Amino acid sequence: MAVVISPGRAETRIAVRRARGRFLREARRNAQAHGFLIGSVLCFALFTWYPMIREIVESFQRLHYGRTTFAGLRNYRQITADPFFWQAWRNTLQFTGLALLFGFALPFAVAVVINEFRHAQAYLRVLVYLPVMLPPVAGILLFRNYFMDPTNAGLLNQLLHAAHLPASQWWGAAPSAMPSLVIISTWSNMGGAVLIYLAALQGIPGELYEAAEIDGAGLLKRIWHVTVPQTRTILSLLLMLQIVATMQMFTESFVATGGGPESSTVTVVYLAYNYAFQFSNFNTAEALGVIMFIVLGVFSVLYVRLERRGNEA
Amino acid sequence: MAADGTRSRTLISRAQLARGSGRRLYWVCLCAVVLLFTLVFLFPLYWMVSGGFKATSELVRNPPSFVPAHPELAPYRTAWSELHMGRLLLNTLIYAGGALALQLTFCVAAAYSLSKLRPVLGNVILGMMLATMMIPAAILIIPQYLTVLDLPLVHWNLVNSPWVIWLPSVANAFNIFLLKRFFDSIPEDILAAAAIDGAGPLRTLRSIVLPMSRPILGVVSIFTVIAVWKDFLWPLLTLTDPGRMTLNVGVNSAAANMQENVLIAGLAMASLPTIAFFLLFQRNIMSGLTSGAMKG
Repeated sequence: MAVVISPGRAETRIAVRRARGRFLREARRNAQAHGFLIGSVLCFALFTWYPMIREIVESFQRLHYGRTTFAGLRNYRQITADPFFWQAWRNTLQFTGLALLFGFALPFAVAVVINEFRHAQAYLRVLVYLPVMLPPVAGILLFRNYFMDPTNAGLLNQLLHAAHLPASQWWGAAPSAMPSLVIISTWSNMGGAVLIYLAALQGIPGELYEAAEIDGAGLLKRIWHVTVPQTRTILSLLLMLQIVATMQMFTESFVATGGGPESSTVTVVYLAYNYAFQFSNFNTAEALGVIMFIVLGVFSVLYVRLERRGNEA
Repeated sequence: MAADGTRSRTLISRAQLARGSGRRLYWVCLCAVVLLFTLVFLFPLYWMVSGGFKATSELVRNPPSFVPAHPELAPYRTAWSELHMGRLLLNTLIYAGGALALQLTFCVAAAYSLSKLRPVLGNVILGMMLATMMIPAAILIIPQYLTVLDLPLVHWNLVNSPWVIWLPSVANAFNIFLLKRFFDSIPEDILAAAAIDGAGPLRTLRSIVLPMSRPILGVVSIFTVIAVWKDFLWPLLTLTDPGRMTLNVGVNSAAANMQENVLIAGLAMASLPTIAFFLLFQRNIMSGLTSGAMKG
């Protein structure tokens, strides 16, 4: 016969009390832990999560004489029907494309060159990073008013003249305006990328170069078959961050050209700014924000996909 | 060159550079690059600072004058008073300092809680925070602006008050991520020992975790101050009262009506604080930047 040992009443009470104690302790610990979190969570809720939802909801609404009504896709139709919409995307893509040409390849080349030197490395590193520390407005106005002045008094035009090249209108004419902004932006921002590449280059084991050289690989082959693959992860990460950052360009246009000449430097963010703060049409501006979010989101997903495939290969 | 023997080789082997023609080529390249970089990155800054000592006619002269012929302090004095530079600098300092204090308090507390206290739903909250890193900042600016005009529930209008910079800066997922990753690397044993000695979570944070985290706190502080100092679009929208503008916005709004030599003096003064800060802390800033970015 099986003996069933049932706990006595006193023991049950102790167990219950223990369980309750554990529960209370756990609850107190959780409350305390959430107390540490509450400040940040509130700030995230107010300034990131809520605006995010608000942007999506309001992009389908219209504010009419103080009354909010559901507007369906009207805001989206309005923004895509605006000829400036397509121009803004073209301008933005032009800026991104040129900024990648200069701002992506150039810092890598600069980092590779600096890394070869056994002297003056610290000096060169400080130099390329100096412009990053300027307040952006100071850097932009410095170039706009003194170096890229469209008249003959501009320093760069004087330089072109001395080299017997035709002077440029810089930001003063539509064809050269965006490239001028790219030059300013690259000058101000490339320091960060150079430093990151330098750190990545210093992690490449010297034996790889040694082995490649013994196999008869020349200078360019060593760059292509050792340097690039060894820094591939950081290269592609910075590429993606840079694309996302340059697609949001606003300050350079706003400070240097005000979107002109002939709207050649109105970017997507600038157009949203105009809709919101010039035409007081916040709903349409938010619809443009949602479109931009989708475009950049699709791009990020594509990047992650490609990156994963690249890592598996 | 013997001193460099400990460094591992790079693209070009050292032996090649030590020999006759390689060595000559190395020095020619080095001098050319140093000269070119000085011209490209340092000369504009020199032009800015020296331009503030020139008269306008000399500043825009063709051919250019590289050394001020009759150096005068007047443009700097005029720029200081016309731009209200003292107030702009003080404002920006207050915004950056407050943002730093709030971020160090709340981001550290949050990262500590998520890393070591691990409350219920902690991972969900962390995920929602990190997800905001995917949202490009410029996209959220308009609904954020509408939100600070009339804060939900309490109906405060934060525009033109320092809180409009301070509070949103706390919602910084990247800093929380950096801090949490650092706290994760602190061994549990140390914290358990503190708990046995009767230290509560706040005490443990203050006397054990924080002293061990000085490097990462430095990195986060530098990122925070530089971000506030360089921000343009957000303060342009939210700090519109001339007495409350930041350096960037104030200089930009006054620039159109200023004489060329006064403006360039103003730009030089606006740039000086961060340049000085950088030269003082360059080692920390550059190593912080690369370590933060590499691991992130």
